Amino acid sequence: MSDPEVAPEPAPPGPPPPSGLVRRHRLSTRLWHWTNVVAVTVMLMSGLMIFNAHPRLYWGQYGANPDHPWLEIGSRGNVGELRIAGMTLETTGVIGVFRNAHGQLMARAFPDWMTLPSYYSLADARLWHLAFAWLLAFALLAYLLWSLVNRHVGDLHITRHEWSPAHLWQDIKDHARLKFPVGEAALRYNVLQKMAYCGVLFLLLPLVILTGLTMSPGINAGFPFLSEVFGGRQSARSLHFIAAFGLVVFFVVHIVMVVLAGPYNEVRSMVTGWYRVPPEPKGPSDA
Amino acid sequence: MREPISRRGLLGAGTLGVGGLLLAGCDKLNQNPAVRGFLASAEDAHRASQRLIAGGALAKEFTEAEMSPKFRANGSLTAAGNSEWEQHLATDFAQWQLRVDGLVLRPLDLSLAALKGMAQRSQITRHDCVEGWSAIGKWQGPQLGPILKAASLLPAARYLIMHCADKYSGKPYYESIDLIDGFHPQTILAHTMNGQPLTVEHGAPLRLRVERQLGYKQAKYLMRIEARASLDGLYGGKGGFWEDHSGYPWYAGV
Repeated sequence: MSDPEVAPEPAPPGPPPPSGLVRRHRLSTRLWHWTNVVAVTVMLMSGLMIFNAHPRLYWGQYGANPDHPWLEIGSRGNVGELRIAGMTLETTGVIGVFRNAHGQLMARAFPDWMTLPSYYSLADARLWHLAFAWLLAFALLAYLLWSLVNRHVGDLHITRHEWSPAHLWQDIKDHARLKFPVGEAALRYNVLQKMAYCGVLFLLLPLVILTGLTMSPGINAGFPFLSEVFGGRQSARSLHFIAAFGLVVFFVVHIVMVVLAGPYNEVRSMVTGWYRVPPEPKGPSDA
Repeated sequence: MREPISRRGLLGAGTLGVGGLLLAGCDKLNQNPAVRGFLASAEDAHRASQRLIAGGALAKEFTEAEMSPKFRANGSLTAAGNSEWEQHLATDFAQWQLRVDGLVLRPLDLSLAALKGMAQRSQITRHDCVEGWSAIGKWQGPQLGPILKAASLLPAARYLIMHCADKYSGKPYYESIDLIDGFHPQTILAHTMNGQPLTVEHGAPLRLRVERQLGYKQAKYLMRIEARASLDGLYGGKGGFWEDHSGYPWYAGV
């Protein structure tokens, strides 16, 4: 690092400067992250409204009211119900039946506070969903390509050592005890983080985008293999919903982790790129 | 001393307040004409990109074993109320004729027998509703392309309007497609469904099949096909019942 002509390594290594702040996130990562915050939020909320138009999921090529769904959100009188795999769960107040801001009971799969728009409109939800789909898809494509160019994708490489059950188990225990990495280790992704980010980047987001495309009859004519891969349009619709649910699970865990790891420092690093490295535990004399 | 407002109550009210503001904000954005205009511009991108990707490609066709056991009927389930159509129904559509006119050199009146006498196309395709469900059925009828050639479209013709006998929520149903879909080999005027004459709930005596678009484009109870230079001045001007009244996109390939 003494030679200024030598490009610094992708992940900022070395001891933190006196200020204690280091550069942790690249501009491309930060831009993509906040683009996704907007795009995924709009896609999810409008997607739940689209689901409301036909709150049933099927496997196979076809599926409509006379056919058997594997998941259905419905209502019986004032009781909201989730019917899944032969079981019926009462969900009144959450999904199926909910009370709106005016105190009226509404029979609708996903309630107003989860959807875009909050009132029932398939046309408006599709307007948002299909416009922001372009943003989500091209932002992912651009980020993946740029991460290949700047080799950021290498930061997600899971080493043979990290795959070892002992290492994985240690990382799981550390997370469960809320023992977060300190010092230099805090500047690298740990193995569970790598798995979560790889899962989102290479599995959930591509899956949600490709299954979304598969539902379009026009794309079906142009790219018939998509429907073959996913086992039909209704299977693609089910997988689309499952992938979206996976993204929600990721989001919840992600937020919990940010809060536990120190929200100010974490959010600052994703906005400005600057991160305060958690100090290494000092020797016993300092304890 | 009693706290006038509990911390929990304040937090709860705050969350509700912020949530309410967010919801109201979203709905406000949703109703903003500039925002809607921007979002709607994506529809042009959908049409352009799909025409680029699909070109003249055919929609997937299925085998009889892959057909829906029961094909859901949706939208108008009858054109009753239209006395002309009711009279035709009473006489098994023996006197019914499809009118082909507008920007054509030779307007046509085609009886059901005439339509059945033309070269037929039979196809098992998937019907995709905008709501998300799908049903697979078998359709048979003449291709629209040769009929348009027989009527001889005038050079100014750009759109084909499907005038229907039914009303939906009291307003006349109609749909429109452009000439690219009009001349697509799978665009047929179906008089037969799953081997039987088209039933009333599925649009007797004739419905459009335009297989690379969603269900609301598959106009039922056809009475007249009109060639036009533009969609302006026709009903709501957006080229279809759902387009005019609910804001569904005119191009329904997504």
